[in-house]
Amino acid sequence: MSKKRYSLLALVLVIAVLLAACAPATPAAAPTAAPTQAPAGPSGDLEIFSWWTAGGEAQGLEAMLKVFQAQYPNVNVINATVAGGAGVNARAVLATRMQGGKPPGAFQVHAGHELIDTYAVSGQMEPITFLYEEEGWLDLYPQDLIKILSYNGEIWSVPVNIHRANVMWYNKAVFADNNLQPPKTMDEFFTVAEKLKAAGIIPLALGESWTEVHLFETVLLGTLGPDKYIGLWAGTTDWKSAEVTKALENYDRMLNYVNEDFAALSWDQATQLVIDGTAAMNVMGDWAEGYFKSKGWTPGVEFGWAPSPGSAGAFDALSDSFGLPKNAPNRDAVLAWLKICGSQAGQDAFNPIKGSIPARTDGDRSLYDVYLQSAMDDFASNKIVPSLYHGAAAAPSWLQAITEAVGLFIANRDVAVFQEALVAACATAGVCK
Amino acid sequence: MRIRKDRLLAIALISPSVVAIAIFVYAFIAWTIRASLSSWEGLLPDYTFVGLANFTQLFRDPRFQIDLRNTGIFTVLFLVACLVVGLLLAILLDLRPRGEAVFRNVYLFPMAISFIVTGVVWRWLLNPATSLERLSGINLLFHQAGLDFLVSRWYTSRNFGIAAIVIPATWQMSGFTMALYLAGIRGIPEELREAARVDGASESQIYRYVVMPMLKTVTLSAVIILGHTSLKIFDLVMAITQEGGQGYSADVPALNMWYTAFRALRFARGAAIAIIILTTVAVLIIPYLIHTLRSEVEQ
Repeated sequence: MSKKRYSLLALVLVIAVLLAACAPATPAAAPTAAPTQAPAGPSGDLEIFSWWTAGGEAQGLEAMLKVFQAQYPNVNVINATVAGGAGVNARAVLATRMQGGKPPGAFQVHAGHELIDTYAVSGQMEPITFLYEEEGWLDLYPQDLIKILSYNGEIWSVPVNIHRANVMWYNKAVFADNNLQPPKTMDEFFTVAEKLKAAGIIPLALGESWTEVHLFETVLLGTLGPDKYIGLWAGTTDWKSAEVTKALENYDRMLNYVNEDFAALSWDQATQLVIDGTAAMNVMGDWAEGYFKSKGWTPGVEFGWAPSPGSAGAFDALSDSFGLPKNAPNRDAVLAWLKICGSQAGQDAFNPIKGSIPARTDGDRSLYDVYLQSAMDDFASNKIVPSLYHGAAAAPSWLQAITEAVGLFIANRDVAVFQEALVAACATAGVCK
Repeated sequence: MRIRKDRLLAIALISPSVVAIAIFVYAFIAWTIRASLSSWEGLLPDYTFVGLANFTQLFRDPRFQIDLRNTGIFTVLFLVACLVVGLLLAILLDLRPRGEAVFRNVYLFPMAISFIVTGVVWRWLLNPATSLERLSGINLLFHQAGLDFLVSRWYTSRNFGIAAIVIPATWQMSGFTMALYLAGIRGIPEELREAARVDGASESQIYRYVVMPMLKTVTLSAVIILGHTSLKIFDLVMAITQEGGQGYSADVPALNMWYTAFRALRFARGAAIAIIILTTVAVLIIPYLIHTLRSEVEQ
């Protein structure tokens, strides 16, 4: 290249840098109408950050925002959403913003360790136990749930909804045709699965990567029982123990009864196998109910549900919640939003549309369908345990290590190696010695 | 005096980009190295020095071992496929078939698409479902053509899942290799070929003994450019497999790095993976840079 060309190139670069420098760093603020009289309550902008971008979730959020706006008309809500299933992308964006010291007003986060280990431990959240005391929520939320939300004796977020992870969905016609009853225990599952397999039906529909971890956590719960399952995450249940080995063996055995091409299917495609009748059962969170209904199926008529094998009496819960970031812009408005999130009106606006149950135990039952009503009953009476894959039970780094162990296990099917990896993961997480 | 003025102007013009590159490339590399030697986990930076602990852990990690193996397989297959296909296309176009310009553009077009778009399209085409009622994409084509033995689990197949990723990567980049080769071939003086013809060489002999030896430098450039693409590949694998296939059958270090840093928030370990990727690319690029620098000086 000649000298002339070089200087031309340099000139272009200089212009590019100058242009970049001149571009406005932040989009111009939306003009806000000057209030004609002294506003009651908070005002100004409130940015609400979530990954509720599609379908029932987005509509549920809209409904809850309406409740909020009716009560706090002076707050200008900025509904900031980042698309991506289970918040995978939203979490990366959020982490960057929190690191950069620019937290949104309020943000959606899975309740439990995902929130605690990521944001609370690093001192980026303000505890909101005082809000629970002021609003009298301590009596309205189940104690087990409060435990999941707590760290260092403080509560860190307001759960808006509850989903149940340990649900086994089944095709009623398939069971009736084969004169079978849906299995309640692990042993029953294997008996039933063997018969279904002999009849040429896939016993259990499974999907890609994360649904494998999802199934794994329900097998841990179903084999160990709720108390020991909780102990796994607190370091009181030994990952080296024979019971855990038993759970891993159950999981290994279960994988013999799934569709061969599970890695090719998303969770809803796996659920579709049950609708098609090619598979009999599917273990999936209760968002699957919405999928069944979207296909014109009625709960209790074409499809039934039961706790995943062995997990009756336990409610494997996950929850979307909102917390209070330290130095949140417009703290008063955030607190107002959190009050709506925790209120009966807010939760009953959001949940029937989203297809989940309220985290409060005093939701209006008449708003919910027959499945959700049964979930509400179980939520009030069962032992509530935190979901692993959905962020409640373990720190994200621990979860990732377990996810990798499950992924490798599915390829090599070596229980001993699997257990070693899980033991090591617990030690790396600093929970086990 | 005039010359000095020119120089000043040149320095003034070039300094912004030098500064920008110094900060945004080299300073960040230094910062990543520092992070990779630390124990940073979670959102708050923690620069406690732990030496090479992250690296030794990584090399013991079964997933990372698979990643390294996959990168090796991918790079070799991808390079060979691109070079062979690219050269073949270039030779065919060099024979000046009718509509040469059209073909040249058709083969080059995939280059204009980003890997993400290619990935999304090929995710459909390479749908790994194998049971009859769920066949789609290429598997369905095979089935309808009666070629059921070709139905594959693609990127989820046990040991060579990564090989399936080579297909879209080659589809996208072989046109580029073709362009490089075609330019190289067209740059060969016609007299040389004429001379060979006069000596009684057949067309294939001309390509073998006259054209190919003169394309060595082109091949080297292609290997460098394709090689660093394949060592760093992320977007294509992300779009097609999302989590690296079944049992990490199609996982690569860059994907592992993304999940380690941004999902597990293990930034130190993620930085260590980044440094390993950088090192492998540097091993490829630096000798090339030194080589070209020397030949430029000689000229």
